[in-house]
Amino acid sequence: MTDTYNKPLPLPDEASQPFFDGLVNDTLMLQHCRTCDSWMWPVTQRCRNCLSADVEWASSSGRATLYSFALVHQVYHPGFADDVPYNVAFVDLDEGVRMTTNVVGVENDELRVGMKLIATFEHVGEGQVIPKFKPAA
Amino acid sequence: MSTVAIAGLGITQMGKVYGRTATDFAAEAIALALEDAGLTKADVDGLLIHSNNTPEMNPMLQMSLGFHDLNVLCAMSAYGSTSSSMINYASHVIDSKQAEVVVMVYADAPLRQGGSAGAAYAKARPAQGMDSFNAVHGFYGANVGYALAARRHMELFGTTSEQFGAVAVAQRQWAMMNERAQMRTPMSLEDHQASRWVVEPLHLLDCCLVSNGAVAVIMTSAERAKSLRQPPVYVLGTGQAAPGDSKRTDREPGIYTGATKSGAQALGAAGVSINDIDVLEIYDCYTYTVLVTLEDYGFCAKGEGGSFVEDGKLAPGGSLPTNTGGGQLSSYYMWGFTPLAEGIIQARGQGGERQVDKHDLVLVSGNGGFLNFHGTIIMSPRES
Repeated sequence: MTDTYNKPLPLPDEASQPFFDGLVNDTLMLQHCRTCDSWMWPVTQRCRNCLSADVEWASSSGRATLYSFALVHQVYHPGFADDVPYNVAFVDLDEGVRMTTNVVGVENDELRVGMKLIATFEHVGEGQVIPKFKPAA
Repeated sequence: MSTVAIAGLGITQMGKVYGRTATDFAAEAIALALEDAGLTKADVDGLLIHSNNTPEMNPMLQMSLGFHDLNVLCAMSAYGSTSSSMINYASHVIDSKQAEVVVMVYADAPLRQGGSAGAAYAKARPAQGMDSFNAVHGFYGANVGYALAARRHMELFGTTSEQFGAVAVAQRQWAMMNERAQMRTPMSLEDHQASRWVVEPLHLLDCCLVSNGAVAVIMTSAERAKSLRQPPVYVLGTGQAAPGDSKRTDREPGIYTGATKSGAQALGAAGVSINDIDVLEIYDCYTYTVLVTLEDYGFCAKGEGGSFVEDGKLAPGGSLPTNTGGGQLSSYYMWGFTPLAEGIIQARGQGGERQVDKHDLVLVSGNGGFLNFHGTIIMSPRES
């Protein structure tokens, strides 16, 4: 699939490697603070709530609500040329963080703010997985 | 009673002016501002450099411009709200006599001949780590972030694209009276609606321009300003607010912006109420930004920005003259220095054909990030 997948791929760095490793196992890993019990996103080295360094990786429920969506008509990268207009969404995870993603399994004109979603994992190449969201059953 | 005043303004050619560096534009804008004020370079003892997308705008610019023996030197950034931060900081250093003549400058030269405006701010290297996450999902640039905020507002409050269009149309009418404006051809609401989608719900005509150029502003004490060439523009109050993290589900700065807190601070400092304001220069990276800022300043209730602007009250002849030079949508894009420059022109009464008759109180706003940062300046040709 890497031969045909021509969109940008994730480039993990040291801090974000556990997140991208989780995706390979169809798991949305998030950081959780053992000091104040809050979840954080994007990946960080200290808790965004209390600045504690006692941060662990844990599985997210993958359950989310559509916060907003935009339909990109302009081709900013040639890999998306055949997809325009494609949606970019903010989804509110039940854990309390807002994530950038694409909503799949639904037409753009059926997207509704507030709709319930669940994480899904698009395997696009060897070890390369893109986390997306689809309408919850 | 204001103790500080704006005494100089320099604006270079704007837009598709090729073959010049940001440093060169900055030097010209400062020379123009000094001439405007009737000051010389040797009078300057403070320099505030507006950090932005070009690496040239850093503290070393002092040496590139040949400034010596300054008392105050700083490169500053709160993105598009930096103008308010600079005015606030300059007020304090002048009041405390750390410096007497402070120059602040914004300069940029992202446009290249043959390159599109969209390409101007494109990143050369692929992003890594969390930064790569946006690109993976096709999230590129500010357009997507503001489209997400605008869509949310539409869904929550029933705001329409035509209401965004009313902002763009009003500002184009102002731009047609501004010889510096990049876009001076007439625009109708139909033109707005027919312009291509960039990132839906934002049409092309909902988005700001990209410009090469520079603006410099000179501040000094109210007393000294009275002896200079231009009518002083007194700074009556400033405010700032940074509502912050938009990645937590209990926060949404894209809908509830920093304008609420920043505006209240500035109005309180000036001792005036929002309904006293005669002229508005509102940061307008997108039409939506104007609409939501008006709500949060209290011109109308939250959610009613769309119906508030759709009657054309922001346009020439309307009850709330707003972005009277055409703003960043139609004149030129110098971040917070676009509304600041036009605010100074209006407060002085030098707007020519577009001058607003009653201009005792001018409110200037700045906005940065994805509505993460906000700043407010209230200025007047009157000392109090």
